[in-house]
Amino acid sequence: MNTLKKYLSILKKPSVHYSLGFLSLGGFIAGIIFWGAFNTALEATNTEAFCTGCHEMRDNVYQEMQTTIHFTNRSGVRAKCSDCHVPHNWTDKIARKMQASKEVWGKIFGTINTREKFEANRRRLAENEWRRLKANDSLECRNCHDFDYMDFTRQSKRAMDQHSTALASGEKTCIDCHKGIAHHLPDMKGVEGW
Amino acid sequence: MSKLSIFSKSISTLLASASLAASVGISSSALAGEEYIAGMRGEVALSSEPEAPAMGKVMNDDVKRQRDYPMAPPTIPHKVDDYQVDKNANKCMSCHSRVNSEDSQAPAVSVTHYMNRDGNFLAEISPRRYFCNQCHVVQLDSKPMVENEFQDVYNIIGDKK
Repeated sequence: MNTLKKYLSILKKPSVHYSLGFLSLGGFIAGIIFWGAFNTALEATNTEAFCTGCHEMRDNVYQEMQTTIHFTNRSGVRAKCSDCHVPHNWTDKIARKMQASKEVWGKIFGTINTREKFEANRRRLAENEWRRLKANDSLECRNCHDFDYMDFTRQSKRAMDQHSTALASGEKTCIDCHKGIAHHLPDMKGVEGW
Repeated sequence: MSKLSIFSKSISTLLASASLAASVGISSSALAGEEYIAGMRGEVALSSEPEAPAMGKVMNDDVKRQRDYPMAPPTIPHKVDDYQVDKNANKCMSCHSRVNSEDSQAPAVSVTHYMNRDGNFLAEISPRRYFCNQCHVVQLDSKPMVENEFQDVYNIIGDKK
């Protein structure tokens, strides 16, 4: 308690040896270093290796996506976990990272740590993602698949028909039709359009 | 066994293998004059491994193809990669069911697919028709390897237009 009071009194006193400029500039540079470290750590939690570090993800959804086009395809351009599941802009990203504390809880208490538990929760988890993507107009899809630069002449007839009508008018968004594009679908009973 | 019996045994096996080789030699020389029989191997000797042909691309042009006979299941005119058809979801029916066909403009599956084995009509696709790929397949853009001599029934009854 006394050491705490000692350090607090030091903090309250004005600086004796160091100039204002030194302290301000030093604080500024330290802030940059801190921000860099913070962001590096944050982006490290966005890597595929981090996400698949948990067996819940590695043995379930990661296995399912390995045959899909977002994992391996003609051009090699692929999406990792965070490209679709973590918003790109900073405020929404931080909000999502705060929500991720629920996932830490789930890991500690094993909410989906067996295949059976995962399958039981699959619909709920899928609906969370569908709801998020519907709310932000499939923003994560559009980060790579920019509608304004879609060349309809290079798409198949079905794709061209749907994209030039339902998608162009804003009546539908990507996730409305492309559910199950990366991971297996849950029980689709009662889902609109299924 | 005595040395003599072993010796006679080996002689007899030698004679047997020699006669077998001779007969095989005779039969192979008889085949040598015949024409080459078409196959997926191509005209490559059995002792060498032919180069594998390039993989065909699935035809994705959305053009309906003529069925070879009236009850033939129509072939799928588009790609169906990764389409999930299992206990949880039937991706095909998300466009081809009666309910979704107006939205998707896809041909709705015929009512026969909604019938159970007693002939009653169900609201959803019948379990016996649930797995589309058991009958409906995509087509690749590759050339036929063997000449196809199949005759449409119209050719046979002489009504060909």
